[in-house]
Amino acid sequence: MRELSLYTGCLIPNRYPGIEKATRLVLDRLDIRWSELKEAACCPAPGIYRSFDKITWLTLASRNLVLAEEKNTDILTICNGCFSSLMDANNILKSDTGLRNEVNSHLKKIGKEYLGTIEVRHIIEFLYKDIGAEKLDKLIEKPLELRAAVHYGCHLLKPTKERKLGGAECPVFFDELVEATGAMSVPYEGKTNCCGAGGGVRSAMLETSLKMTEYKLERMEKAGVDCIVDACPFCHLQYDWGQAELAKAGKAYNIPVVHYSQLLGLALGYEPEEVGLNLNEIINPGFEEKIALVQKGKPR
Amino acid sequence: MKNSEILTCLQCGTCHASCPSGRYTSLNVRKIVRDSIRKDISDEPELWMCTTCYNCQERCPRGIKVTDAILTLRSEAVKKGEILPAHRKVCRFLIETGNSIPIDDKHRLLRKRLGLGNPEPAHKKALKEVRALLASTKFDELIKA
Ligand code: SF4
Ligand code: SF4
Repeated sequence: MRELSLYTGCLIPNRYPGIEKATRLVLDRLDIRWSELKEAACCPAPGIYRSFDKITWLTLASRNLVLAEEKNTDILTICNGCFSSLMDANNILKSDTGLRNEVNSHLKKIGKEYLGTIEVRHIIEFLYKDIGAEKLDKLIEKPLELRAAVHYGCHLLKPTKERKLGGAECPVFFDELVEATGAMSVPYEGKTNCCGAGGGVRSAMLETSLKMTEYKLERMEKAGVDCIVDACPFCHLQYDWGQAELAKAGKAYNIPVVHYSQLLGLALGYEPEEVGLNLNEIINPGFEEKIALVQKGKPR
Repeated sequence: MKNSEILTCLQCGTCHASCPSGRYTSLNVRKIVRDSIRKDISDEPELWMCTTCYNCQERCPRGIKVTDAILTLRSEAVKKGEILPAHRKVCRFLIETGNSIPIDDKHRLLRKRLGLGNPEPAHKKALKEVRALLASTKFDELIKA
């Protein structure tokens, strides 16, 4: 297994630092060889920069890729947006010589060159493929007895030709990882639908984006879940802030939102505050009680 | 838009039927594909209602890269100056800070409380290089225009 450079992007360190903390704790506990990708910048966010100018998007992404190439490590992302930008850019630059030359002509100005020697990983597919749900299951002494609405997020799965993680209509790998923590992945209608945040829609058309979020929340609520489990800080923000925004309009769902790094951290015995669950907008005391009960209980 | 792939579109509507945004907005991606063959649709606000979820692209029976086509249409629109104010603001953040979502005082404090390091010195060095690259690709001019 090649060493990993943890790439946190913008949203996690600057809005949900608890997810960063949880990831660090979990990687260390699992004895994974990793270090920070220092001096990295915005991935850049696919929804806006890829829409605006492909060459700029590729060039900024390639700079982050080169930082990892210089360290001879793969990149580990914990955000679907970062995963999408960095993986797609890496694939494009590896296969298209014309674009690679163009990007390298820009990189030359900062003394860098893209070579195409590393891979881009996402924590979910990394844990699933390189660690395995069974191994995680064995490490967990006090299984979390929670009903979870798993939200994969579009860019973890699609485009499927690029991701190569199987089909996008009814995937199972993320659910298996969630169930390894002792939580139950509850089926719900519209499970693979979008949270509504991407493509620059949240920033420019908040109301529209919240309609898509509500579509999801209604169905999660109907399925009777204790929490939403995501793999991306932008989906996380859309569900968390989105519920706060919808509550102002009189629709309260009160479903806590948990990134998988945080869920795994809880299952490994870290307190909710250590993994930053208290930094969410939506705080549900009933949920915290359930976790406390499990964590204080007898090991299995 | 020059794209030979979209000429194979059947107008079957699978893309629109799969679209989470089209359920609530005037975005009809089947129509976007059809119209983009014949005319310039740069000023259509619907281009910006897409969340880039890739449902349409995954399900198109012709294998047309529909979402990628929307991204191309968007960049053609941007070249004509069609940039929403909110998006321009995010781009300015990137040019000013190297991040699309810059840190603020509240989160500086929260990071400290969690025992996380201060990434800002490293960001400053990154910013210099990011700015050089943005100037090189003329992105700053694109945003200013
Ligand atoms: S799904 Fe494909 S073939 Fe059908 S209308 Fe949409 S773009 Fe055309
Ligand atoms: S990628 Fe855009 S147009 Fe296609 S289904 Fe998703 S939101 Fe609709």
